[in-house]
Amino acid sequence: MSEHIVPVRVYVTIFLVLLVGTVLTVAAAFQDFSFRFGTHEIPFNTIIALTIAVTKATFVVLYFMHVRYSSRLVWVIVTSALFWMAILFALTFADYWTRGWLPVGY
Amino acid sequence: MSHVATQETHGHPALQHHFENMEQQREAGTLGMWVFLVTEIMFFGGMFLAYTLYRGTYGAAFASASNHLDIKLGALNTGVLILSSFTMAMAVYFTQIGKSRPQIFCLLLTLILGLTFLGVKAVEYKSKYEDSLIPGRLIPNRPFGPEVAHEGDHSEHKLKLLGNATLKQVELFYWIYFAMTGMHALHMIIGAGLLTFLLIFSIKGRYGPEYHSPVEVIGLYWHFVDIVWIFLFPLLYLLGRHFEHM
Repeated sequence: MSEHIVPVRVYVTIFLVLLVGTVLTVAAAFQDFSFRFGTHEIPFNTIIALTIAVTKATFVVLYFMHVRYSSRLVWVIVTSALFWMAILFALTFADYWTRGWLPVGY
Repeated sequence: MSHVATQETHGHPALQHHFENMEQQREAGTLGMWVFLVTEIMFFGGMFLAYTLYRGTYGAAFASASNHLDIKLGALNTGVLILSSFTMAMAVYFTQIGKSRPQIFCLLLTLILGLTFLGVKAVEYKSKYEDSLIPGRLIPNRPFGPEVAHEGDHSEHKLKLLGNATLKQVELFYWIYFAMTGMHALHMIIGAGLLTFLLIFSIKGRYGPEYHSPVEVIGLYWHFVDIVWIFLFPLLYLLGRHFEHM
């Protein structure tokens, strides 16, 4: 069998990383990290929260879901999900963010 | 030559006739599950998109509504779900190395943790019901209409509106909150059903090193549901905490 059996210590490490990530994300939420950049208010709290969430999700996908040890075909499928999500968000926001850029009746 | 091939084809009672061998069957199953999970990601993606759009538009209302959620129960549930993902991964491991008792124990533990999550969720929903935070008129005689806290009002059950937030916008947050957590909870219920199925057949000794596809594939589903919660928790519960003292 060519299948890879992930050792227990990897699972335990990932579990601990996920717990630490959860504690960090709760702790960070109570601090105000937002700052002004020129005329823009940068919502840095959200950026921190999402960075931690994406990191946690990546660890789950790579180790708990064995993608790190899976075939190229599985990699392509997983990446395609992110690709279609990017299209969903990019095209929708291309509409919403640009509304009102042109005067009404133009 | 053909004699050898025939022997291999009938190597395991769980091998379906359209697969060459167990290895091919397992890989096909895993791939199929991943394709399904991609459609699930797109399904939840639509709701995350709606969330992002309306949070961008009604930031103050989303922060007010989010601060009313119970952060302790949310964090507890995150821990419960992460632990259940760990026990699920261990169940796959013990199946792969052919340890039957730990496998059954891990599956049982995963199921219990999943049900714990749903129990905590029910407690949360109940308190939202008591505070009249169920959006629209879904509940007879209890339309959306929480009490709003005024200056110096510290009742936990009253909603503190931040900035220029209105109740109508807060209601929109709760539509999204119940849609997303409700859909997530439905996936948990389905997952608990699948785990029960796994548990019954693992007690009967069906899964081992040769044949563990069902454990692995349902494991993938379970981890996916965990990942959805990993995003839901900060986005729904933590988004406005740093405005608490505004």
